[in-house]
Amino acid sequence: MSRLNAANVTLANEIISHYPKKKSALIPLLHLAQEQDGYVADDAMEHIAELVEVTPAEVLGTCSFYEMFKRHPVGTYMINVCTNISCQLLGGEELLHHAEQTLGIRPGGTTDDGMFTLEDVECIAACTEAPCLQVNYRHEYRLSTDDFDRLVADLRSGKRSDIPAHGTLGTVRQHIPADRRAGIKHPDDEGTPAWFASRQPAES
Amino acid sequence: MTATENAPATTGVPFTLNGVELEAKQGENLLDACDRLGVHIPRFCYHPRMTPVGMCRMCLVEIDTGRGPALQPGCMMTVSPNMVVNTESEATVKAQDGVLELLLINHPLDCPVCDKGGECPLQDNAFAYGPGESRFVEEKRHYEKPIPISDLVFLDRERCILCDRCTRFADEVAGDPLIHFVDRGAQTQVNTFPDHPFSSYFSGNTVQICPVGALTAKPYRFKARPWDLTGVESTAAVDATGARVAIQSSQNRLVRVLGVDSDAVNWGWLSDKERFIHEATDAEDRLTDPLTRDDAGEFVVRRWTDATKIAAEALQGPAERIGVIGGARLPLEAQFLWARLTDELGITSRDAQLGDGLDPAILSGAPRATIDRACTPGGTVVLLGADPKEELPSLFLRLRHAVAEDGVKLIELTPRASSLSSYAKARLYAAPGAAAEVAAAISTDASASVGGVDAQELAKAAELLGADGPVTVLVGRANLAETADLTAAALVALHDVAPDLAVLSGLRRGNIHGAIEMGLVPGSAEGGDGAAGKSTEAMLAAAAAGEIDTLVLLGADPMADVPNRELVESAFAAVATVVSIDTFNTASTARADIVLPAAAWGEVDGTFCNLEGRLSPLSAKVTSPGQARADWIIAAELALATGHDLGVGSLGEVRSAMVETVPSLAGVDFDGLVSDADGPVIGGDRAWSLSAPSVSVPPVDGYGLRLLVDRTLWDEGTMVHHAPSLAHLATTATVSVAPAVLDRLGVQPGDQVTLNHENGSVDLAVAADGRLPDGVARIPFRAAGFDAGTLIGEGPVVDVRLDRASS
Ligand code: SF4
Ligand code: FES
Ligand code: FES
Repeated sequence: MSRLNAANVTLANEIISHYPKKKSALIPLLHLAQEQDGYVADDAMEHIAELVEVTPAEVLGTCSFYEMFKRHPVGTYMINVCTNISCQLLGGEELLHHAEQTLGIRPGGTTDDGMFTLEDVECIAACTEAPCLQVNYRHEYRLSTDDFDRLVADLRSGKRSDIPAHGTLGTVRQHIPADRRAGIKHPDDEGTPAWFASRQPAES
Repeated sequence: MTATENAPATTGVPFTLNGVELEAKQGENLLDACDRLGVHIPRFCYHPRMTPVGMCRMCLVEIDTGRGPALQPGCMMTVSPNMVVNTESEATVKAQDGVLELLLINHPLDCPVCDKGGECPLQDNAFAYGPGESRFVEEKRHYEKPIPISDLVFLDRERCILCDRCTRFADEVAGDPLIHFVDRGAQTQVNTFPDHPFSSYFSGNTVQICPVGALTAKPYRFKARPWDLTGVESTAAVDATGARVAIQSSQNRLVRVLGVDSDAVNWGWLSDKERFIHEATDAEDRLTDPLTRDDAGEFVVRRWTDATKIAAEALQGPAERIGVIGGARLPLEAQFLWARLTDELGITSRDAQLGDGLDPAILSGAPRATIDRACTPGGTVVLLGADPKEELPSLFLRLRHAVAEDGVKLIELTPRASSLSSYAKARLYAAPGAAAEVAAAISTDASASVGGVDAQELAKAAELLGADGPVTVLVGRANLAETADLTAAALVALHDVAPDLAVLSGLRRGNIHGAIEMGLVPGSAEGGDGAAGKSTEAMLAAAAAGEIDTLVLLGADPMADVPNRELVESAFAAVATVVSIDTFNTASTARADIVLPAAAWGEVDGTFCNLEGRLSPLSAKVTSPGQARADWIIAAELALATGHDLGVGSLGEVRSAMVETVPSLAGVDFDGLVSDADGPVIGGDRAWSLSAPSVSVPPVDGYGLRLLVDRTLWDEGTMVHHAPSLAHLATTATVSVAPAVLDRLGVQPGDQVTLNHENGSVDLAVAADGRLPDGVARIPFRAAGFDAGTLIGEGPVVDVRLDRASS
């Protein structure tokens, strides 16, 4: 895993061109690298440094500041189980424990088949839907342990095509023509957020 | 209204400090104001030469700006009118206590084995302002104990308090942001990118400014404890910038050199060369005894009296058949005595430069600039010479600050992009041989490209040279494979566009400006016929032709330093007697007949004259090995032995004689130099009196590439070679060309190519250098593995051809 591939270099240069200072494109390019490899490889950081004309150390400084940039390979699916207060009260810790048992890994670990990486996280801003988790930063709400097992089974069997592989992000491509988007819906097209919809009175 | 009424208010800013009404300067930082007014606020991250960042919170003090007292970091505050500051209030004391307790939570407290112990701001502040006891019982954070972040610097992340001084220095001052904060929160650490070491020429400064023992320098690690050290102030003599330093020794060995803040020169910063080269003084293979040859031609150790007598005989031959080469290593006092001695003997051929410098007339025939003048905000600097980062690194830091922060406009008139090129406002990369032509073409209505430089750049340069603000030209030797006359001609052409320009000398070799000032230049012998004095190159040529019997080398190694290698070889082969006065065995001492061991830097008191003409002290800290003695004593003894008593028996007497006889030194207080951080500038005003030498440069021949030979900071120079921590840094010889040339040759960087030149051919590894224009091949001078001097001949330029190596 490595430097940005040719297609992504083209994309990178396009992204860079949106900023008056090349350096400003650093974070979008880190996203791009993470999308390419599922994580940000050292080689990719060096490549980005060349592209935006800073030192690799500066790229590393920025990259390592953000938890969501992974600097080592992670699973195709990154499962973040919330253990903060609301979730904890409603069974978040048990859910995490169950996830550890089911996947056979501790938080921070990756399954041998490279499918899943487990993390425990602090509040992911869905307290009303506790206990919750994220798969590649897509929320799953009010999970029982059975729900969790079903989720894992679905992910394994490819039924969750709505969740792209780890690293795929929509925002990198905000200026990218529609035909080159990663197939993610624009936030405006998302419709009513789930946590909102479930609390809304049935439409009359 | 008068002009004074219009002027911005320059009056002080009234504020209250610990209940006392005082005045700060306009825009003064609170910490600076308090320092000036005698109130100390503890701090870690604040550094007067860097942007305040408020990282450490140690400087929290209670400040009331009209909204009630609140704790604020003093280093981030500019004193405002009627500010009330309390550095002793209960809240302040509690805050200091708390900050220290937090800083110490993860600090390993391994002071007994820490190099910083005894001079550590964290220790001192913890003692003065800290809680005395920790409430922290948990496990501290652990990291691998020190990791090398470069060849010279080690980092112990456990000790780091994240003050951002080292990282700020690397980014802001050195422009080498190769260290950075990595990770976040409690895991934050300073580090490099994997496999990209902090290989900055200035890395040692981070060790000096780290407020804890997190950064340590390899040459000093575990060598001494601060309380065992004694020190004196001196001047770095390894290049001509003359950075002020403190040299420290323990048990009669130099162990450490620290930068001293001289406002006029180095602002406290040093290059790693200036900082660590002291190791050479301590080297095992110093010359310790006078040597002469026995009948079999082997060196034999002599007593000084005998060796002096033998050397004196050689000096008493016909004066016109004697040449004196070198002198830039010597302190001013010794240079003065050598000038006197050669005057007495009637020797007019004397030259402190080794054919790799400039005609001294360039310096005496043009108004002279100081570093401060070059760095005046709004001014313009023309780089007509070598890359200052490679040759004069402390000066480079001043220039970098000027162009990056103070709006000084930079024009590069260099063979390739310099280390400052990203700041340049006009880039005139003149092909070797074309500098003069390019300079002459600078004009606001330039319409055609000249010597590889676009018309647009020529016009830009003209505009900048015509703008307000002082114009300073940093003149040095950009290309050793090109005649220095071209540089002179380019300077004259620049003068036509900017008649008010002043020249800042870019001659690099140690105390070369002292030597020039004292008259160790061809033809300046007192009463001598000016024209009769030969330059180093002329002396060597005369020697080769059998016209010179004796060559005296004053700390000079022409075998390695004179660019034209063939010339030196034939001179040494022909000359009867070579007297070498040096500190080390060099290629030249090995060929000498009489070798006299001299005291090195750090072993003698004396005076240094930097590239501005600024005087500063050189100080003795340790004793010389064996029989080595000060150069001025050697000169005085030789004078006695040749029957010319110079009447000097002590350094004080030499100095009195200098003040009396050298007009530019009249009134100089040598003993006061140590306490004067800036030092007086001698040499005064000089009027423009230069005219362009005529040089005709042949058109590029069938060889196709024009040669650029220049220096890098780390080379095989004698001093670097003898400093164990630095020797391995020496550049290896490669030939670099623009990437396009590589493509044309069909080779990859790292491949071997054959370099064909007039006298033969050589195989070298090739490298791509995007800073080079097409049509130029560059080889570093005195690099390990290949002597570029063998390519340099008499011609104004050197042409070469590259081919794929036939393997
Ligand atoms: S290593 Fe030293 S200078 Fe650098 S951040 Fe840490 S404490 Fe500060
Ligand atoms: S506590 Fe779990 S989402 Fe807020
Ligand atoms: S000195 Fe002010 S915050 Fe560090």
